[in-house]
Amino acid sequence: MNAYAPILVLGGLGAGFAIFSVVMASLTGPKRYNRAKLDAYECGIEPTPQPAGGGRFPIKYYLTAMLFIVFDIEIVFLYPWAVTFDALGLFGLVEMLLFVLTVFVAYAYVWRRGGLEWD
Amino acid sequence: MSATAAAVHSLWTTRALADTAATPAIPTPHIEYAQLSPVLIVFGAAVLGVLIEAFAPRAARYAGQLAVSVVGLAAAFAALVALAADGYAQGRSHVAAMGAVAVDGPALFLQGTIVLIALVATFTFAERRLDPVAHGNRVDSFAAQGSAVPGGEQEQKAVRAGFTTTEVFPLLLFAVAGMMIFPAADDLLTLFVSLEVFSLPLYLLCALARRRRLMSQEASVKYFLLGAFSSAILLFGIALLYGYAGTVSYGGIADVVDGTAKLTPALANTTGNDALLLIGGAMVVMGLLFKVAAVPFHMWTPDVYQGAPTPVTGFMAAAVKVAAFGALLRLLYVVLPGMRWDWRPVMWGVAIVTMVVGAIIAVTQTDVKRLLAYSSIAHAGFLLTGVIAVSPSGVSSVLFYLVAYSFVTLGGFAVVTLVRDAGGEATHLSKWAGLGRRSPLLAAVFAVFLLSFAGIPLTAGFSGKFAVFKAAAQGGAVPLVVVGVISSAIAAFFYIRVIVMMFFQEPQPQGPTVAIPSPLTSTAIALGVAVTLVLGVAPQYFLDLAGKAGVFVR
Amino acid sequence: MDPLIGALVGAPLLGAGILLVGGRRLDRTGHWIGCLWAAVSFVIGVVLFADLLSRSPAQRTLTSHLFTWVPVAGFQADVGFQLDQLSMTFVLLITGVGTLIHIYSVGYMEHDENRRKFFGYLNLFLAAMLLLVLADNYLLLYVGWEGVGLASYLLIGFWQHKPSAATAAKKAFLVNRVGDMGLSIAIMVMFTTFGSFAFRPVFAHVGDVSQGRLTTIGLLLLLAACGKSAQVPLQSWLGDAMEGPTPVSALIHAATMVTAGVYLVVRSGAIFNAAPTAQLAVCVVGAVTLVFGAIVGCAKDDIKKALAGSTMSQIGYMMLAAGLGPIGYVFAIMHLVTHGFFKAGLFLGAGSVMHGMNDEVDMRRFGALRTYMPVTFVTFGLGYLAIIGFPGLSGYWSKDKIIEAAFAKGGTEGWTLGAVALVGAGITAFYMTRVMLMTFFGDKRWQPDAEGHEPHPHESPKIMTIPMSILAFGSVFAGGLFSINSAFLKWLQPVTGHSDGHSPVATWEITVATLVVLILGVGLAWQSYGRQAVPAVAPRGSLLTRAARRDLLQDDFNHVVLVRGGEHLTRSLVYLDHTVVDGAVNGTAAGVGGLSGRLRRLQNGFVRSYAVSMLGGTAVLVAATLLMRGV
Repeated sequence: MNAYAPILVLGGLGAGFAIFSVVMASLTGPKRYNRAKLDAYECGIEPTPQPAGGGRFPIKYYLTAMLFIVFDIEIVFLYPWAVTFDALGLFGLVEMLLFVLTVFVAYAYVWRRGGLEWD
Repeated sequence: MSATAAAVHSLWTTRALADTAATPAIPTPHIEYAQLSPVLIVFGAAVLGVLIEAFAPRAARYAGQLAVSVVGLAAAFAALVALAADGYAQGRSHVAAMGAVAVDGPALFLQGTIVLIALVATFTFAERRLDPVAHGNRVDSFAAQGSAVPGGEQEQKAVRAGFTTTEVFPLLLFAVAGMMIFPAADDLLTLFVSLEVFSLPLYLLCALARRRRLMSQEASVKYFLLGAFSSAILLFGIALLYGYAGTVSYGGIADVVDGTAKLTPALANTTGNDALLLIGGAMVVMGLLFKVAAVPFHMWTPDVYQGAPTPVTGFMAAAVKVAAFGALLRLLYVVLPGMRWDWRPVMWGVAIVTMVVGAIIAVTQTDVKRLLAYSSIAHAGFLLTGVIAVSPSGVSSVLFYLVAYSFVTLGGFAVVTLVRDAGGEATHLSKWAGLGRRSPLLAAVFAVFLLSFAGIPLTAGFSGKFAVFKAAAQGGAVPLVVVGVISSAIAAFFYIRVIVMMFFQEPQPQGPTVAIPSPLTSTAIALGVAVTLVLGVAPQYFLDLAGKAGVFVR
Repeated sequence: MDPLIGALVGAPLLGAGILLVGGRRLDRTGHWIGCLWAAVSFVIGVVLFADLLSRSPAQRTLTSHLFTWVPVAGFQADVGFQLDQLSMTFVLLITGVGTLIHIYSVGYMEHDENRRKFFGYLNLFLAAMLLLVLADNYLLLYVGWEGVGLASYLLIGFWQHKPSAATAAKKAFLVNRVGDMGLSIAIMVMFTTFGSFAFRPVFAHVGDVSQGRLTTIGLLLLLAACGKSAQVPLQSWLGDAMEGPTPVSALIHAATMVTAGVYLVVRSGAIFNAAPTAQLAVCVVGAVTLVFGAIVGCAKDDIKKALAGSTMSQIGYMMLAAGLGPIGYVFAIMHLVTHGFFKAGLFLGAGSVMHGMNDEVDMRRFGALRTYMPVTFVTFGLGYLAIIGFPGLSGYWSKDKIIEAAFAKGGTEGWTLGAVALVGAGITAFYMTRVMLMTFFGDKRWQPDAEGHEPHPHESPKIMTIPMSILAFGSVFAGGLFSINSAFLKWLQPVTGHSDGHSPVATWEITVATLVVLILGVGLAWQSYGRQAVPAVAPRGSLLTRAARRDLLQDDFNHVVLVRGGEHLTRSLVYLDHTVVDGAVNGTAAGVGGLSGRLRRLQNGFVRSYAVSMLGGTAVLVAATLLMRGV
């Protein structure tokens, strides 16, 4: 059982932080409501029901989110490599450069084809 | 530092272990670039394709993409041939990239097949003579602008400007690279990653039809949702298998199945739990059966085949089947032969329903693409009979069948692209009535393909069917062969009905026209006919080749 | 050298492919392409011939195994070639005469808009015929056999806009099917008996199997030979086959294809030698046909049909010789070759006459053409002298040998067969003289054709007369050359074997007897057609004449016995088919259709139900796998 104690403590700390944040935000933050703010998720997607004739979500939102994920995952790979850089040596460097290069190609495509422009 | 200070320190500190112990040296992974070169070349070509999309002016993209694709695929094929000639197909079979990718006979054979299919598919992708010239531009089968709303203003603008989605070429190459790894994957994670690598581009390609875009997008979404669903089940199965064996490597799992593995103490509790093995194995197999379109995981096939742009359909029908059957063979023959008494009866059942359901539903189809989709389902069933044999001739017969089937399929769908009316391809069968009168050569070629599908002697289809049924019968699955033959008879009915329709019915007054293809599509069709006849008349050389290539590395 | 054997077949096949696939764009050059590939094949043949000659007689068999066609446990079908002296003889005949006729056709078919297709078919024929004679097993031989049948069908019906040509093609095809069936059954019996159908193993094990089996195989092979070589009772198609263009009649229906039956019998000599009953049947068929064809040839007014009757009769001679066994094989083939020369020459001559006479074929409307067509007259005349066996010319050397061999068979059979062969020689002299006189001598009996054009007979162009001249040359000298020092006998003997037999009659006696009947035949013909004018309308004639004009009632016989009987059989079968078989089939089809419609409803287009089906499927899969272990 002893082995699980730190995990329980960690879980408790996490829950505590989450509750603390929510409560503190509601106590200290300014309250200026507008329509967008009252929407569910508050992120640009209109919740159902849609106005007549609509029905398509703005694709730009997904595009941005997806790009974020792509580059975010790049970091996920970069981090452990950075930690073990010494151990992996030249091999690790070459492989990582190749990896970053391919991601960069994707970036170049998105950039050149206007994926980064909002309008 | 004085001794006392050290003594004081030692009250509340302890000396850290040496740095080397804290971060033990990781053995540098070893990657055999030469042995992986075919896949790397295709990936490289795909990345180059993306760069072309990014930096080349719109007008130059088509030619550039076509050149990069063709050169890349040809180079990959050359690399494959070089590897095979180097003995990797037989004596020097090898597991490369730290146990991730096998380089052996079946892998090279299937990769070669996939690359050739892709080359032919590239030709059909690049065909620009079929659609009437619109606003002064020659266009292919793909949407002017994938992101535009179908029928919307932006789309019309893109059409007027003569835009084409040249991204299809790099997408095709990415899919091909994934497919090349898929049958060669030697651990479950590589299997999963390569599955996704080839699936995602296919989902996109399916959505890019120039005509009937809503249908195309619907097909794509369906394929994506169901594909994701099956991937999830596959991944779950992988997790269970890992739980069972404590490793994801094929050889490692096989050792545990055979009881020859050394168990790690940490995993001793779960390792060797047969329930995990059986459930996990079934789920992974299910993921592969989804890709080969076996019943009851076939429901996506007709909808997707019908909605996708026809060149994509041809490519999918041919290449996905090759890749997925390759992976299935490796999984069942390398990982799970130890439990073949468990999975064989189940696969019997799957093969039987696949053959029977595929053949029976095809009978009432009225759309030629759906008809071919059901036909491909039935063919998956025939192929499964060869897989079930669990014998060297089972491997070689399936390899042979895949070659025979895939080129005929490519040719068949290429013919479908040629029969057109005002709305694009005229896929409704009623419009094909009397085609033999109007365009005897085309109808004759299509008839050859149909006869091959039906397995009439002197066509590739016959040789292939004969080989798999022979392997199955030698493996003791005679009842399965009987069902196979009956299904073939049912299938022959609807193939021949189409032939009858083309040659013995009066043409409709406002029937479709037959477009004159450029040499690109003609090559695809001619190759289909050539393979049909060569494999039908003189199958022995290729059977031998498949036989030589039929040994998996472990 | 061995790959060349494949090239021999491949060259004309390639030509046929180019011509038939090339389409209209080759219309202007197609005929030369056709000639080229035929000539290439001939050149390859000559090279191979030189190679064979350079070897010792025992080593003159070349084989070339291309690939294994169908390998199943005990059943192995190879695609392999065997070139020996017998095949070589045929190869030279086929490609040599074939090339000449290709060249002739360039002129003959000049005004035909489908000339390219014609040459494509001719090339196809060459390829199939070469395959037939080069195959090293019966199955591949069968492929060639069917191939020549197809080419023959296509070429007889080449002018299919004429109903008569279309019908003739169909008739030839159907009658040939009867024979082909014999060959296919023979191959099956052979396989069950010997476990193989390659020549070598089959011939090597002839001694190990029962007489009954061998006789069965022999009779079935004879049936096949009868179909292809137009022997009684399957002879009825050859006369109608003359509807095809004349070069076709010359090449296929006189010189080469129709001799395939003789080839089959000689090639299968080992089987026939061991099955005397079948051998006797071959003799009888040959003897009957040689008289039958000769009689038909006497009565026909159509020049090509008269020649067709003659072809039948001459092949009868070959069959007769082939049926005699080792005494006759060599002479059967020798007569086959010389006949190839003179009959091809005669047909080309007939074609030349038709060419100059607005495609008229009725000899009663010819006459006095010798001055208008001197080259044709001379070449035709040399062919004529050769066929009747004029001493010193080709026919004399080969036909006399056959008559001699027939007598040498000994006993009653020998006497009978010899006598029939002798009488046949007389009739041959009669009908050929009749053709000669009616066509080239006497008064002009020309009449305007259906559209009222007066004929203006003229000599044919060089491209036609040169091949005719070459063939005439062969007609004159081939037989003599073959007989110098028994060259042909020595050449062929290692393959076919030879024995001299014991003739009860001396050679010179036979020669004298032959000359006597020859003179009788010629004299009788001159009496009837030379000394008195030929009436423009055929007289009623005797019962035999009238019957002979109708091909000795063969069609009537076929109609009454086969067609009527067949119709009755068909009707009852159709009844059975409609009620019993169709009932079952339609029932099944309806069942499948209904099931299909129901299953199809599962495919409702909703992803959610598809996913449920997948989930259910997975559950079943998992459960079934677990169950298997549980059981």
